[in-house]
Amino acid sequence: MTDSKYFTTTKKGEIFELKAELNSDKKEKKKEAVKKVIASMTVGKDVSALFPDVVNCMQTDNLELKKLVYLYLMNYAKSQPDMAIMAVNTFVKDCEDPNPLIRALAVRTMGCIRVDKITEYLCEPLRKCLKDEDPYVRKTAAVCVAKLHDINAQLVEDQGFLDTLKDLISDSNPMVVANAVAALSEIAESHPSSNLLDLNPQSINKLLTALNECTEWGQIFILDCLANYTPKDDREAQSICERVTPRLSHANSAVVLSAVKVLMKFMEMLSKDLDYYGTLLKKLAPPLVTLLSAEPELQYVALRNINLIVQKRPEVLKHEMKVFFVKYNDPIYVKLEKLDIMIRLASQANIAQVLAELKEYATEVDVDFVRKAVRAIGRCAIKVEQSAERCVSTLLDLIQTKVNYVVQEAIVVIKDIFRKYPNKYESVIATLCENLDSLDEPEARAAMIWIVGEYAERIDNADELLESFLEGFHDESTQVQLQLLTAIVKLFLKKPTETQELVQQVLSLATQDSDNPDLRDRGYIYWRLLSTDPVAAKEVVLAEKPLISEETDLIEPTLLDELICYIGTLASVYHKPPSAFVEGGRGVVHKSLPPRTASSESTESPETAPAGAPPGEQLDTIPTQGDLLGDLLNLDLGPPVSGPPLATSAVQMGAVDLLGGGLDSLIGAPSFVAPPAAAVPANLGAPMGSGLSDLFDLTSGVGTLSGSYVAPKAVWLPAMKAKGLEISGTFTRQAGSISMDLQLTNKALQVMTDFAIQFNRNSFGLAPAAPLQVHAPLSPTQTVEISLPLSTAGSVMKTEPLNSLQVAVKNNIDVFYFSTLYPLHILFVEDGKMDRQVFLATWKDIPNENEAQFQIRDCPLNAEAVSSRLQSSSIFTVARRNVEGQDMLYQSLKLTNGIWVLAELRIQPGNPSFTLSLKCRAPEVSQHVYQAYETILKN
Amino acid sequence: MLCVRTGGGSRLRLSLPFSNGFEKMIHSLFLINCSGDIFLEKHWKSVVSQSVCDYFFEAQEKAADVENVPPVISTPHHYLISIYRDKLFFVSVIQTEVPPLFVIEFLHRVADTFQDYFGECSEAAIKDNVVIVYELLEEMLDNGFPLATESNILKELIKPPTILRSVVNSITGSSNVGDTLPTGQLSNIPWRRAGVKYTNNEAYFDVVEEIDAIIDKSGSTVFAEIQGVIDACIKLSGMPDLSLSFMNPRLLDDVSFHPCIRFKRWESERVLSFIPPDGNFRLISYRVSSQNLVAIPVYVKHSISFKENSSCGRFDITIGPKQNMGKTIEGITVTVHMPKVVLNMNLTPTQGSYTFDPVTKVLTWDVGKITPQKLPSLKGLVNLQSGAPKPEENPSLNIQFKIQQLAISGLKVNRLDMYGEKYKPFKGVKYVTKAGKFQVRT
Repeated sequence: MTDSKYFTTTKKGEIFELKAELNSDKKEKKKEAVKKVIASMTVGKDVSALFPDVVNCMQTDNLELKKLVYLYLMNYAKSQPDMAIMAVNTFVKDCEDPNPLIRALAVRTMGCIRVDKITEYLCEPLRKCLKDEDPYVRKTAAVCVAKLHDINAQLVEDQGFLDTLKDLISDSNPMVVANAVAALSEIAESHPSSNLLDLNPQSINKLLTALNECTEWGQIFILDCLANYTPKDDREAQSICERVTPRLSHANSAVVLSAVKVLMKFMEMLSKDLDYYGTLLKKLAPPLVTLLSAEPELQYVALRNINLIVQKRPEVLKHEMKVFFVKYNDPIYVKLEKLDIMIRLASQANIAQVLAELKEYATEVDVDFVRKAVRAIGRCAIKVEQSAERCVSTLLDLIQTKVNYVVQEAIVVIKDIFRKYPNKYESVIATLCENLDSLDEPEARAAMIWIVGEYAERIDNADELLESFLEGFHDESTQVQLQLLTAIVKLFLKKPTETQELVQQVLSLATQDSDNPDLRDRGYIYWRLLSTDPVAAKEVVLAEKPLISEETDLIEPTLLDELICYIGTLASVYHKPPSAFVEGGRGVVHKSLPPRTASSESTESPETAPAGAPPGEQLDTIPTQGDLLGDLLNLDLGPPVSGPPLATSAVQMGAVDLLGGGLDSLIGAPSFVAPPAAAVPANLGAPMGSGLSDLFDLTSGVGTLSGSYVAPKAVWLPAMKAKGLEISGTFTRQAGSISMDLQLTNKALQVMTDFAIQFNRNSFGLAPAAPLQVHAPLSPTQTVEISLPLSTAGSVMKTEPLNSLQVAVKNNIDVFYFSTLYPLHILFVEDGKMDRQVFLATWKDIPNENEAQFQIRDCPLNAEAVSSRLQSSSIFTVARRNVEGQDMLYQSLKLTNGIWVLAELRIQPGNPSFTLSLKCRAPEVSQHVYQAYETILKN
Repeated sequence: MLCVRTGGGSRLRLSLPFSNGFEKMIHSLFLINCSGDIFLEKHWKSVVSQSVCDYFFEAQEKAADVENVPPVISTPHHYLISIYRDKLFFVSVIQTEVPPLFVIEFLHRVADTFQDYFGECSEAAIKDNVVIVYELLEEMLDNGFPLATESNILKELIKPPTILRSVVNSITGSSNVGDTLPTGQLSNIPWRRAGVKYTNNEAYFDVVEEIDAIIDKSGSTVFAEIQGVIDACIKLSGMPDLSLSFMNPRLLDDVSFHPCIRFKRWESERVLSFIPPDGNFRLISYRVSSQNLVAIPVYVKHSISFKENSSCGRFDITIGPKQNMGKTIEGITVTVHMPKVVLNMNLTPTQGSYTFDPVTKVLTWDVGKITPQKLPSLKGLVNLQSGAPKPEENPSLNIQFKIQQLAISGLKVNRLDMYGEKYKPFKGVKYVTKAGKFQVRT
């Protein structure tokens, strides 16, 4: 007799049968039926239709049946609020039951039913339960206050529950105290300014007493609460530390880590001369090491925290290097973390062991791990000077293995070693050069080129080597191109006679044939320097470089101090302050370590604080752009904006500004600033600072009334990926206005509201010109059609492919992301007809390499039909010629950002294949214009 | 009975407070098997759609190996904290800043509880007892706060399934839910229930030590430490108060205690003094690390070589006893993850048997026990993929073994005294040493 029988379904009408069983007179049958319902619930089946029948089973003296019904209620009450009211009477009655278990159960369950009407009835029973004679009921009621506060904060304050909760901190029962602390901490988090947890020496004393006696989970709540207290002096700090230390021996690792947090924080107040300080340091190491013998998941979190702790106080674990040695069957996430800490702990005393280990790791199987191990060897060389020579020879040994990724990684770190110890290890360059051909990763190529350039005078064939890279200059990544440019200039300055040709070649490649502004600018600077003052050029380019700093990946000290306050939390796992990633940054207060009381110590902690850790390091842990986009959406899309868009845009701007400049570069400015299209049509095609705006006068445009071709709607966001919201859509352009026609379908079982939409920055600055207006909530299975006007005044960022658009849609359930491609012809403006003379001049003016040729196959139309069809999509025929029986159409079109595209379309009678030649100053659009031709002509 | 039967449901629905994202602690739990089926979900607050697990599946796909799935995953709106136990993933959904260790510890506690209730923590066992599972989860967590996680208390609230009980229940209609408040729940000793009664009173302790070690190519110890635990099985009536003392308590300087142990007594007298939970529990765990204290009971002679430009290699390992304190080493197993290019192995063991799985490339040699007169060895040829380059990495050997009647650290129990009860209990201590993560590099 197992519960799996509850999963067996009959052929027809499972719900129907259950209904009958639930209404059975037999108690046993009823109970079995409820169990079946619960079983369906556990696998995510929707059994909400049985709500009234299940609730009818609630009034029973069978505790198991009652519990099961309560379970059901908690799951579905929210979707059936008016039905849930039927349960209220039973709850109220149960709260008076003589059995404390039932009283507690009732108050606990009521708190979980997030229905307004029910909460009103909850207040009186809750008040009684908070003062119940039985501590079990009191502790349950304490948690219930937090639940109620989550549903209706005002109600909790009005009813005075917060004061009652504060009183419970002095309760005689430690479990009640722990739960009251937990509840108050939770409430306080949503009211950062309130003084709910007003900690003073008396209340601290009560907490410390309860700490010894409550359950392990209660201990965590109390310790976390203690960590927020700032002792008035070092003596109080020490006495709290003394009472917290025994928690380090707890079997529950979360208790241990919370205790470590309190100690690490309060230690800051203790003088290092104190004997007690030393004792405490010694006591911290064993529990941290013990965490590493736990399950791998626990190890991972522990390691992330230890990483912070060794940065703050390296002395804690300096003798424990060996526990971080990697076992070959550790999960990869544990291996990588251990490696990081090994480097942090590496010192002259243990470097031999560390190196031996790292060399061992470099021959393992896992590529990521091997790479990191090789890198670690390089970091050792830079950190511990005495070891540099051994590190270099170890790296050379590894290069001999010829394992491709090992070689590349080794070359990257050797470059750093050269930077740190110039003129010491250049003898290895020959070995490095042997591996030139195997380098296929940009970073390794760039490193190798740097080495060749830097030591050009010692490498006989430096010019040949660099020239070999130059052949595929345009296929290299920017990193390599920049490095190559600099290296060749260095070479030229060192051996000017033989390399003049080479330097000219690279300068012209960089300045004339590249569209990368960084590369171009650097090229021009060198060019100018070399041509005006070669001596100055020498001084600049061959200047002595500053030595690289010891450790480049330390966390910035102020951030580190803040993170120490968050030991044990998600912040400590991600090494970012909670404000950086907790959703909406709600009520996050920056925590800081308490100031030291003793005076003489401001200059201590020498190991930390190198001069300026690069801010880029933090990017490592920043979640993907999608996450940031999500944050942005949460901040500036509140309820749907119903007022005039212009008025709200200012507010939204403000919200975005809060995010700071760093994010702007990733996501771009808000897209809602553009006024709605209908109101100010002249603004529509406004180009970005091209100074040609006077050309864009829509009213005089020759736009046709029919509008351009509209593709059928395609599904952009399948319901599966968006919790039941399906979005399909297409783009249209009509009378000069672009819009995104959307069809939203609710395929979930829940009503959807609060829709909002936002675009990521894109190539043509497309942005919604008005908020997404869905007037009524979208009920299940309902579909709504919306036309969203778009403007092209959003901010611009080149996307790949050019016409891709990333969209975020938010509703009450979640935020979803999708990306779609828009057809380029929606950007063809209605005044894109060029004057014949201008056309001719422009065609000649655009260099021939900008010309792109395409074949349009299987098009049955003749020249007239082609011309008129294209015109309806704003591709205008400027002239037409007949050459040797072929029809030549000369056409022009203009994009919303002012880019002109000129076309020559060759049509041979009887041949359904047309030849399209496109000329444009921005040749990357040609491909997409060709696609637009295809689409327009073939549909 | 209140009767609200209006058609205005939609108006009511609109006024519902939407969850504002402020949800403390564990929001939902999904249980997922190795083939990626979500076979159980439990929500302590509002229902979170299963689709949130897609992020987990994505990470799982990236990790390739189930063991390498990172335990903390961030998604746009939630954090997923997971553990992998007994071929199952326990994936919890978190919405705000929460101590991850808290969650991970709790998840392990959930798995422990299933193990305790159903004898195994498997998909089949969970599905067979789905209602009890649901009741347990509800009892273990309230609003994200752990409520009752002690096995003693849980068993008073929800009785574990037995064949007998389900028969009795179905005849008498009684239930498997306790209807009185668990006695331990609020006392200062929440781990013990009142009124325990046994006819045979017994207290047994198992001292189990595991050696974690990394031995390098040349046979010297790179790293070694002992992870020890004392597991107790206490079946004593009433409220016994026990003290356990050791011959050499100085060995224990890094110890984690069960909450029942009085820390002060330990600090001052180095005696474990406690009122025990009823039944099986872990009394302490400890770590002995200073290297000279860690005896390494076995050594391995090995020679594994692959010839350049040839599709074969030689494999030869021999195991012998080292510092075994005169005890027999038994239950020896050697596991080796061979390089990917190894196709097959033709080996001859002098004792025991070996298997080689050509898919996972894992060689397992079940050795048995060592007799010093004739040391067990395994040697023969390794067949490599022809044409493939010779493997760079040398495989590590993973050794398992067991030594009965020995705690390798030298820890010895001195005596066990009982106060507070009058009867004379049976007492016993057993020692065993095992290999933990014991690796020999080649």
